Amino acid sequence: MVQYSRIRLDASFAALSDATRRGVLEQLGRSDASITELAEKFHMTLTGMKKHVGVLEQAGLVTTEKVGRVRTCKLGLHGLEEEAAWIERHRRLWDARFDELDKVVEELKRKEKVDGRKKR
Amino acid sequence: MKNRTTVERKSERELVVTRTFNGPARIVFEAWTKPELFKRWWAPKSMGMFLRSCDMDVRVGGGYRLVFGHDASNPAEFFGRYIEVTPHSRLVWTNDEGGDGGPVTTVTFEEKGGKTLLVLHELYPSKEALDAAGTGAADAMDEQFEQLDELLVTLGAGEGRS
Repeated sequence: MVQYSRIRLDASFAALSDATRRGVLEQLGRSDASITELAEKFHMTLTGMKKHVGVLEQAGLVTTEKVGRVRTCKLGLHGLEEEAAWIERHRRLWDARFDELDKVVEELKRKEKVDGRKKR
Repeated sequence: MKNRTTVERKSERELVVTRTFNGPARIVFEAWTKPELFKRWWAPKSMGMFLRSCDMDVRVGGGYRLVFGHDASNPAEFFGRYIEVTPHSRLVWTNDEGGDGGPVTTVTFEEKGGKTLLVLHELYPSKEALDAAGTGAADAMDEQFEQLDELLVTLGAGEGRS
């Protein structure tokens, strides 16, 4: 189970390392699109876009369905939940840490002010 | 006023955390380099983390050692060396407790109008190391919460749930 989610995270972070692929996800977030439409939107050849969509599909971020001669792409079911959870875990730790650091900084600032007054 | 903490995975091997603090760089830097101050915020109590001890020799080549844990029989130690120390603007240290798998952490302090923009950058030796990183202490935290969960189950906290 843990191993599985690691492999999936690997695939999706790799998929997300490309700006075009992130753009495709944003686009699909607004509406489903065919590979042809996506290729046009991103000024890319059909073959190039097929490759990108393939990477996203393997990472589970996108699903495709062939209706007649058109292949329609839509966002995958579990989307970016695991990736968001990974980031959120780090964010929570640093946020909690830095909230405490805020307090230390406030205290040191007050102290500096008082010390400054004493010197005068 | 609370500022926003952002976390971004910049690449397969890099994690970047940014935050602004309402104080000049010399003060924020001081809080990162004086053990008695560092100890007060590095292990947020709100997350169930507790720092038993904190030794720091903040100069190039100097070492640090942090010991986490609630009881002495099961300590989690973090240690490494400072490889760059530029007062009020930049700190770079290694994390050596995991052997070669430890990241190098760079912290920069940039002062603007009495506030300090802090950027913390962790560079891991491999993608696998970053994937696995719960930053150590966060892993310990997960374990603590799991133990708490188990305890709550034992205590029958789940009873009465519909």
